Amino acid sequence: MGLLSSKSKEILLGPLSKNNPVIVQMLGICSALAVTSKLEPSIVMGISVTAVVAFANVIISLLRNTIPNRIRIIVQLVVVAALVTIVSEVLKAFAYDVNKQLSVFVGLIITNCILMGRLEAFALGNGPWAAFLDGIGNGVGYAVILVIIGFFRELLGSGTLLGLRVVPQAFYDFGYVNNGLIILPPMALIVVAVIIWVHRSRNKTLQEN
Amino acid sequence: MKALRNYLDKIKPNFEEGGKLSMFRSVFEGVETFLFVPGSTSKSGVHIHDSVDSKRVMTIVVISLIPALLFGMYNTGYQHNLAIGAHPSFWMTCLYGFLAVLPKIIVSYVVGLGIEFTVAQIKKEEIQEGFLVSGMLIPMIVPIDTPLWMIAVATAFAVIFAKEVFGGTGYNVFNVALVTRAFLFFAYPAAMSGDQVFVRTESAFGLGAGTVVDGFSGATPLGQVAIAGKELIGSFHPVDVLGQQVGTWDLFVGLIPGSIAETSVIAILLGAVILLFTGVASWKTMLSVFVGGAFMTGVFNLIGSTVVMTVSPLDHLFLGGFAFGAVFMATDPVTSARTETGKYIYGFLIGAMAIIIRALNPGYPEGMMLAILLMNVFAPLIDYYVVESNISHRLKRAVK
Repeated sequence: MGLLSSKSKEILLGPLSKNNPVIVQMLGICSALAVTSKLEPSIVMGISVTAVVAFANVIISLLRNTIPNRIRIIVQLVVVAALVTIVSEVLKAFAYDVNKQLSVFVGLIITNCILMGRLEAFALGNGPWAAFLDGIGNGVGYAVILVIIGFFRELLGSGTLLGLRVVPQAFYDFGYVNNGLIILPPMALIVVAVIIWVHRSRNKTLQEN
Repeated sequence: MKALRNYLDKIKPNFEEGGKLSMFRSVFEGVETFLFVPGSTSKSGVHIHDSVDSKRVMTIVVISLIPALLFGMYNTGYQHNLAIGAHPSFWMTCLYGFLAVLPKIIVSYVVGLGIEFTVAQIKKEEIQEGFLVSGMLIPMIVPIDTPLWMIAVATAFAVIFAKEVFGGTGYNVFNVALVTRAFLFFAYPAAMSGDQVFVRTESAFGLGAGTVVDGFSGATPLGQVAIAGKELIGSFHPVDVLGQQVGTWDLFVGLIPGSIAETSVIAILLGAVILLFTGVASWKTMLSVFVGGAFMTGVFNLIGSTVVMTVSPLDHLFLGGFAFGAVFMATDPVTSARTETGKYIYGFLIGAMAIIIRALNPGYPEGMMLAILLMNVFAPLIDYYVVESNISHRLKRAVK
């Protein structure tokens, strides 16, 4: 890929694995537990957060030299709130059912730690292009984890994927029963734990003693 | 015995480092130390040496479980006979119960030990023996009609997430058998509660089965109390599967529907005697669980606004899994409090909490499982404050 310099590539791809916001930095866990009982809301939530964090990063990055340091958090919140409102309105217009499933958690993107973290740590000190890549990287890093959790929770808990039945009826006839526990939030935490477990065991540099 | 020892010594070289069967080293060690007291001793620290090691302790616990298990098997057959109106001989009843329960025991041991052996082999550690007891407890605390694959899934979950990730036997925060039950309870509620699962009406390996008699109901006495319990009615008595009233004595003897081995207080007390006589379990924990339960029931009796609250203390202690939990689960040396004062607090809170859940929770009839799991979390905290208060007492004495 000659399109991106190696530094840009690092910014974009780092958050997908080595620097993942959810499973390495432990940010955004709350929404990862709340919206992932089905796959579809997980995907929509992932896309929403990606869009918000990418554009918030760009806007804050453009404004970074004009924002007075003392009120920067308020400015960041205003930008994020505006973007979240746009996302929320779009969802209401085009994906009303999913919006209802996500309920307050779309609005709560404002308080998602990943957003504040990226704005503070990256957008305030880098140009708009780098900030955009960083936002996309972190958003996708978050979305990937959500999709994995949503996949397993919907598959094991409801026997469906995106609302389509994947566990054949013959299984149920034979006595298979969907696992009711995995629909409950505690199991989302355990699925996250398993992802972290697998991830760390494959990345020696992340292992703590 | 001598011949067995010689045989083990003969095949031992195969399992040592570099031997052709070295991949099964931990399995061999596990079997060897299970059969014979190992000759090696601890290399560091100060230890009291005597003939009891953790494998012997576990064996004693398993022995103490046997009365309850045998009674549970008999009761399985007995309830089955009542349900279908058959009158086979005593031994046929036992055989039916044995055949119905045996697959559960095998599944629980095969899955649990399989995981333990695999982990021990991967981590190059010795096999730890904690699952000997857990594997026996799991089939004893589930309803007779729980499908085997569910037990397998739950056992695997509990052994991995409640035990191995914390570091194996002796490091677990939660009682493994109870985590298994809690997993089953929340994941497959239909197979773990209600009035369909506690009495088997189908055959076991072709034995038994028949048409269910008129007026049959498979609800457990505790389940009936819970269903009747939320509104106030004049007087309420639980009934057995044929609609006959059961009194305190019936609850004590245990020929009532319920999870496999939890019903008979007599058999459980027999196990308790073995545990206490050998010093494996602490009488302080055990006693204070009963005291806590009786105290809380007394408090609810005074309020007395629903049926559950008006059940007498003795009945509450005999109903459901209270006695079983008090004797075999609360006294688990790994997950309970370790300080002597802490044991009183820990036990008392388990008993009280179990009755509170029974009386006030609209969702679950039984509170013992959740009470013990909850107090498992608090056991280290209790210990911490007991130790702290002891330190401050002694400091005061020293400074004065």
